[in-house]
Amino acid sequence: MKNMVIRASLRNWFQLFYVHKFPAAGFRTTADGAIILQSVSNDIYQNLAVEDWIHDNMNLENRQVLFLWRNSPTVVIGRHQNPWQECNLKMMRQKNIKLARRRSGGGTVYHDLGNINLTFFTSKRKYERMENLKLVVKALKCLRPQLDVHATDRCDLLLNRNFKISGTAAKLGRTAYHHCTLLCSADRFLLSSVLKSPYKGIKSNATPSVPASVKNLFEEDPTLTCQIVMDAIAAEYAICHQIDHRVTLINPTDETVFPGINNKTKELQSWEWIYGKTPKFSISTCFNMVYKHSFLEVKVDMDIKHGRIEVCNINLPEEWLPPALCGELEKNLIGSKFCPSEMTALASALLRSCPQDYEVHRRWNLLCENMTTTLM
Amino acid sequence: MAAAAALRSGSRAAGRLIRVCHTRSYSSVRFLKSKYVYAFDKSAFFNHQHRLFRTSAISNGQIVQFKLSDIGEGITEVTVKEWYVKEGDSVSQFDSICEVQSDKASVTITSRYDGIIRKLYYNLDEIAYVGKPLVDIETDVLKDVAPEEDVVETPAVSHEEHTHQEIKGHKTLATPAVRRLAMENNIKLSEVVGTGKDNRILKEDILNYLAKQTGAILPPSPKSEIIPPLPKLETAPAARKDKAHTIPVPISKPIVFTGKDKIEPITGFHKAMVKTMSAALKIPHFGYCDEIELNQLVQLREELKPLAQACGVKLSFMPFFIKAASLALLHYPVLNTSVDENCQNITYKASHNIGIAMDTEQGLIVPNVKSVQVRSVFEIASELNRLQSLGSSGQLGTIDLTGGTFTLSNIGTIGGTYAKPVILPPEVAIGALGKIQVLPRFNGKGEIFKAQIMNVSWSADHRIIDGATMARFSNLWKSYLENPASMLLDLR
Repeated sequence: MKNMVIRASLRNWFQLFYVHKFPAAGFRTTADGAIILQSVSNDIYQNLAVEDWIHDNMNLENRQVLFLWRNSPTVVIGRHQNPWQECNLKMMRQKNIKLARRRSGGGTVYHDLGNINLTFFTSKRKYERMENLKLVVKALKCLRPQLDVHATDRCDLLLNRNFKISGTAAKLGRTAYHHCTLLCSADRFLLSSVLKSPYKGIKSNATPSVPASVKNLFEEDPTLTCQIVMDAIAAEYAICHQIDHRVTLINPTDETVFPGINNKTKELQSWEWIYGKTPKFSISTCFNMVYKHSFLEVKVDMDIKHGRIEVCNINLPEEWLPPALCGELEKNLIGSKFCPSEMTALASALLRSCPQDYEVHRRWNLLCENMTTTLM
Repeated sequence: MAAAAALRSGSRAAGRLIRVCHTRSYSSVRFLKSKYVYAFDKSAFFNHQHRLFRTSAISNGQIVQFKLSDIGEGITEVTVKEWYVKEGDSVSQFDSICEVQSDKASVTITSRYDGIIRKLYYNLDEIAYVGKPLVDIETDVLKDVAPEEDVVETPAVSHEEHTHQEIKGHKTLATPAVRRLAMENNIKLSEVVGTGKDNRILKEDILNYLAKQTGAILPPSPKSEIIPPLPKLETAPAARKDKAHTIPVPISKPIVFTGKDKIEPITGFHKAMVKTMSAALKIPHFGYCDEIELNQLVQLREELKPLAQACGVKLSFMPFFIKAASLALLHYPVLNTSVDENCQNITYKASHNIGIAMDTEQGLIVPNVKSVQVRSVFEIASELNRLQSLGSSGQLGTIDLTGGTFTLSNIGTIGGTYAKPVILPPEVAIGALGKIQVLPRFNGKGEIFKAQIMNVSWSADHRIIDGATMARFSNLWKSYLENPASMLLDLR
């Protein structure tokens, strides 16, 4: 019952801020205010869609929003980054860690439930990243005065002067938002192994990440949990903006409160967004295959645009595979997604229309397995 | 440069007129206006030419340099990361032009003007400077237009070039797409109420206007909707009683179509499938269908499910279907063969690698269980679990996807009864299993009972398989499944 009441009032509150839905005459102006929202979802795509929705639909001329959210294990890359350069996609597939591309710039981060995400929504005029970070530092110091936390001019937060506990990114468009992470009790070891790319030979102009040593707040003070830290930051925000310390829970799948949000979630989950938005890059690498007690060197050169193979050259030892077959593989790879399941399915299907030779099939399979493992 | 363009695009007849005027001044807006008015005074005489004259005058629109505005936080330079437009594209106010990045902030730059992009000042990954030009946009000069110059009546005017109009002293703002929609439906923009910013006419406004005319509510989706004519016969009979018997004429309503065809290249896996299916077309298929009564199997599976679950294996019906197929193939090995390209040699495959059609993100892929002839039903179930979990996470390898000798497609999980499956080369046979339905059947005593019926549809290569072989194979397979205990006798 209470839930319904909150949802109804929340819907009304949001409807006041639709810029495009209501004609100017019907717009009721209310007193300025800020609001604190917390997501009940741990799905990265749903939570990123909330950011999108607020950015596109809310009128933030006289309002500010703080959005608190946490996600299940995910690697989040920046808008203009290359996932093959930034993380170990193979390991992520094996461990069921999701990959997401956010709309703001910046570098790659690892999220899990031990990491807090904070998004500060303001109008473009009021966009001030350092102020937001100072607020977070103040909140943490209020909570534990002995904590040595400070903000650097790169907009990172450092613990004990050496360890990064927070990274920042921002998006400016219709309005502005600044979001940052905060490591409370994340899996640090998984973080460092998953954010190390095993893929060699990539040449790209994508934004690179700057690696840093990280530490959890929990390691400094075991009594600090995510919930405590989130509450402290919400309290500080409430004081700063002179509002009630009240956190409104939101469900990012609720179309009545956020009409059109499920479409945004779907877009963020699509292959075209996550991989297809990778800036053009090229791969030039070689690897060794073991076949019947001998080593074979394979050289691969590819150009990849919009996540699809544009140019493909595979150099094999002379006559190891019938050249016509190799040419067939190269030709069919062009236009295909740069993705192991796509390449495997493609290669297997091609084999059906080739002469049935056990030896050839074995070599073909070996080549494809090696290519998908080494490159993708 | 704009003047030169005007010269080129003008027609021969009007050319002389244009040239004379252009020699005087190239950039004065006022001059253009007066030239235009002049053309109108002689409108009767230059009727044909004046349109072309207008066209040339329009391309002489104003080039505005759109500078990169201040981003805040004292930022002076950014990197251009993505262009959303290219030279020659038309943009409207608020359309996204490009994405720039500065120090972890990603900024979407939107256009301040309506017009056509004439120049991009930066390539990708170049540094752009705040306050310096980013793009050149050619905007229209605002001119007085005579009342006839509505979008409807001058289709010779290129829609891309006109974004502002003065009609009866009232300026109508609308994007080129909206104007095209209005033109296609013969609507005067002056009669439509705009609800966008500055009374801009939006697509929704056109649709609402049409809805008012047709009396139907049109959904704003870009799908084609045909509005049925309103049947006037629906009015109350009492009102009609004393009126003369007039046959109402249905009013034909305009069809609003806002969708566009989309062309995509066929690439990757789909391209390979085109090849496979084209090869399959060369095989002369024949079909053979039957129905199987699965009551005993259903019961058996219920008993065995918890046993398998205890070992961490999910037991469906497929392991039974697969094992029964393998047992039957031992008696009819010609169904587990492969023929070469010219159908000169037939290879009897030693191993029964039975493929299972699986629906994944890629599409329909067929991983196979290797050497079914030496596996138990439990082992087959466990292998199926492994393939299914790899399939759903996109991690199947080439070993699992190649080397199949016989295929079963359980299309019944989605639906359907009888099917006409296509053989996957280099195999020679395939079976499609429909859904299990509860249907009334007669038993041996002539009584009606509830039977669990599943339909199977086989296809085989008629060059080497004949109908009798297929029928006998199917009967054997069916007998194993209808009476699972008989599988025990033949188990290896």
